[in-house]
Amino acid sequence: MTTSTLLLITAAIAMIGYLAGSRRALALAGGRSSSMHSRPGYYGSFVAIWSALPAALLLGVWLIAAPAIINSSIRGEFPAEVKAQSQASQGLSFGMIEGIARGMRALSAEEAAQAERNPADLRNLMAARGVAIAGDPEAYMIKAANDLNSMNARSDLLRNVAVLLVAVGGAALAYRLIAPRFRARNRVESVILASLVVASSIAILTTVGIIASMLTEATHFFARVPAHEFFFGTVWDPRFAAAGATASEGQFGLIPLLLGTLYIGFVAMLFAVPIGLFAAIYMSEYASQRVRSITKPLLEVLAGIPTIVYGFFALTTVGPFLRDISSQIHGLATGDYSNFIQAQSVLTAGFVMGIMLIPYVSSLSDDIITAVPRALRDGSLGLGATRSETIKRVVLPAALPGIVGAILMTASRAIGETMIVVLAAGVAARIQLNPFEPMTTVTVKIVSQLTGDLEFTSPQTLVAFALGITLFIITLCLNIYALYIVRKYREQYE
Amino acid sequence: MSQVVTPTATAPVARTPRRDIGLKKRYAAERRFRAYGIAALSFGLIFLFVLLWSVVSKGYTAFQQTGVTLAVEFSEKIIDPQNQRASNPQVLLTANYPVMARNALANALGVAQNDRAKQKELGQMLSDGVRSQLRDMVVADPSIIGTTKTVTLLAAGDIDSAFKGQINLSVPQENRKVSDQQVGWMNKLAEAGALAKHFNTGIFFNGASSRAEASGVGVALIGSFYMMLIVLVLSLPIGVAASIYLEEFAPKNRFTDLIEVNINNLAAVPSIVYGLLGLAVFINFMGLPRSASLVGGFVLTLMTLPTIIIATRAALKAVPPSIRAAALGLGASKMQTIFHHVLPLAMPGILTGTIIGLAHALGETAPLLLIGMVAFVANFPTTPMDPSTALPVQIYMWANEAERAFVERTSGAIIILLLFLIVMNVGAILLRRRFERRW
Repeated sequence: MTTSTLLLITAAIAMIGYLAGSRRALALAGGRSSSMHSRPGYYGSFVAIWSALPAALLLGVWLIAAPAIINSSIRGEFPAEVKAQSQASQGLSFGMIEGIARGMRALSAEEAAQAERNPADLRNLMAARGVAIAGDPEAYMIKAANDLNSMNARSDLLRNVAVLLVAVGGAALAYRLIAPRFRARNRVESVILASLVVASSIAILTTVGIIASMLTEATHFFARVPAHEFFFGTVWDPRFAAAGATASEGQFGLIPLLLGTLYIGFVAMLFAVPIGLFAAIYMSEYASQRVRSITKPLLEVLAGIPTIVYGFFALTTVGPFLRDISSQIHGLATGDYSNFIQAQSVLTAGFVMGIMLIPYVSSLSDDIITAVPRALRDGSLGLGATRSETIKRVVLPAALPGIVGAILMTASRAIGETMIVVLAAGVAARIQLNPFEPMTTVTVKIVSQLTGDLEFTSPQTLVAFALGITLFIITLCLNIYALYIVRKYREQYE
Repeated sequence: MSQVVTPTATAPVARTPRRDIGLKKRYAAERRFRAYGIAALSFGLIFLFVLLWSVVSKGYTAFQQTGVTLAVEFSEKIIDPQNQRASNPQVLLTANYPVMARNALANALGVAQNDRAKQKELGQMLSDGVRSQLRDMVVADPSIIGTTKTVTLLAAGDIDSAFKGQINLSVPQENRKVSDQQVGWMNKLAEAGALAKHFNTGIFFNGASSRAEASGVGVALIGSFYMMLIVLVLSLPIGVAASIYLEEFAPKNRFTDLIEVNINNLAAVPSIVYGLLGLAVFINFMGLPRSASLVGGFVLTLMTLPTIIIATRAALKAVPPSIRAAALGLGASKMQTIFHHVLPLAMPGILTGTIIGLAHALGETAPLLLIGMVAFVANFPTTPMDPSTALPVQIYMWANEAERAFVERTSGAIIILLLFLIVMNVGAILLRRRFERRW
């Protein structure tokens, strides 16, 4: 019986429990639901919860614990000379035993007996069944594999019996508790409340998961490469190790990547902030209701377009356009028609990212500008200031903290943006200040280190997690600070 | 524009020279400021249209594919010269089908069988996809061997591009992918009506292929569909449950404060970080398969949850307290009040937020790259555990291909993606318009 059939059977028991529970409640109350504490459905749910919940919990615990227990008992049976080997090679042996165990289940009885007499035959026998084994099995492995199979079978049987017993037992227990004065609704509601709490703590679990997983992998990385070489290194050259070559460790300097990230983000903000801000000012202070109701959603369409589309736009339209126009300009000026803007460059990526960020700046600042109290504007206009003077001297200074918060939030988006820079910024990690040359970013390198074959032991893979936690911390700080500013600003006018 | 704003015109005072208070300058500044605003707004809108136009103009041709309609002779000499197909069905699978197609083309154009060079050029005019196309026909019905049938075959990607006018034919023929000879044949076939553009169903249903003309987003669509299903099934109930707790039950204390700050921050975490989380937790720690849409669905669920929670809380907040008071006053428990009265009233807002969250998840690429969805998958996934890819990832992979025909495919795939997003967003807007209540 597989896990899913077991779950289905448990669900069926819970279903029956629900029906039986509500029937019994009604019957005990003599058909008049007014003499019961709760409505019949609650009694049914009470029985169903008691049957399904403990059974599911038991199943979950079993699924996690059983493999660990079996694993350690098999390893305990290893011959002394295998136990003397390193953890890694013991792990390999165990992997082989698992492979053999899988193969044994595919063999017929006499073939299995033959294999036990002569371990050398086993590999061929299994290859004929389509099970590949890494090396020639040793005698103890076959015994261990047989043990593993029988233990697994026993554990599965025990698990099925235990889970079903708990499901039926829980249902029976709850069923007996039902009485007209039994407060079923309160019990059921407390279970629902508990599940609501569990659901809302998933947010915390996610954060914990992000930090824990990245910290663990990053610690593995820092065990290989000293932290100061990563954080202060100026050369990025991870050098994917060729097979067999052990000496090539490569250099993992964060500085060129961080500079590229900040530079591209800066160029993007250079486009996004003035345009977004002026668009927001126009829409909130000048535009008529009709113009506003058309332009605001249109501008927000820009935020709904997936970033991969922007990346493609940069790669096929903006990049070649800038390259060609630069060669024309250069040609007109000097007669030499060579381009000084590369197709993949800081400018291309920054410009396209800037377009993407316009709606973020504009809708955030729009909200903030609209939140400035009417009285401030009226006072200024009443004193004879023009509209633009009111905006420049009164509204913007009042809204400034909020706008700074909005800009910081947008900056954190720019720093974490991936697809545009992957396609438009280039891959060359270098330290330079020419916006017409390609540079690369932290996110590009995370992607390029983690696509392809992965080995969770090599620094080339693990460095991605060190980059990831750096990125996470930078954006987290920016966001927390921005939220703090915005919140403080909001309180000012409430 | 008049400079006079004060009612001085009515006063019959002797004309004294007015003090220059810089009104002209101030009004000019006012007009400039206004113009900056209009310029900024139009800049944003112009780029929206440039973006859409560049995608659509590059991509709309992807929905048409050039095909050649030919009388193909399913010759027994080529398919099964030794007549073994009864005993060895393998023969039908390995037969030289491209030769059959090439012969049919040679017949149509009157090229001699022994002209090797011309025959080779002819062969290049047809897609490699004809092999499987003709093979599938023969395997499905072996009785057609020996007969002649009219079949529409896929033209090669370069011929397709040339026929759509995307290859500059004024360049010397050494520097382009189609020769003058092939262009001549192409035009001859087109005049005869054999070569024509057809609606391209392949782009919707085919899997990955190294040939642009035979590749499609079929596998990616299925992968994306599984992922959206998983995101919907997981994130809607969890998100709604979390918001109900935070909005209706949570006491004001350290723990709930922590959750709240957390959710706001999670909404702003770069998506690629979720990819790292998925790689470390789901693949490395839990041992789930790489490239599976199950893992992709989990990662996107975690990413979408904050969006849904924020939208749901806003929707719950919008339900007026009088509804709660009325239900409580009639004796409903707090749980009953929320599940029977508040939640149904908040549902339109919740669904709108969910659809917008799903649309974001559908277009998300970066985290999927890290969990191995960048894969050449030609077989259709049957379960969420099978290797698969996603629509935006397919776009990314095609964007890295150099051929002209792939640029067209990429834009075509983007149009499909944008259409899905438009449908979802319009659905959300309609839902809001139809059911939203102003209290």
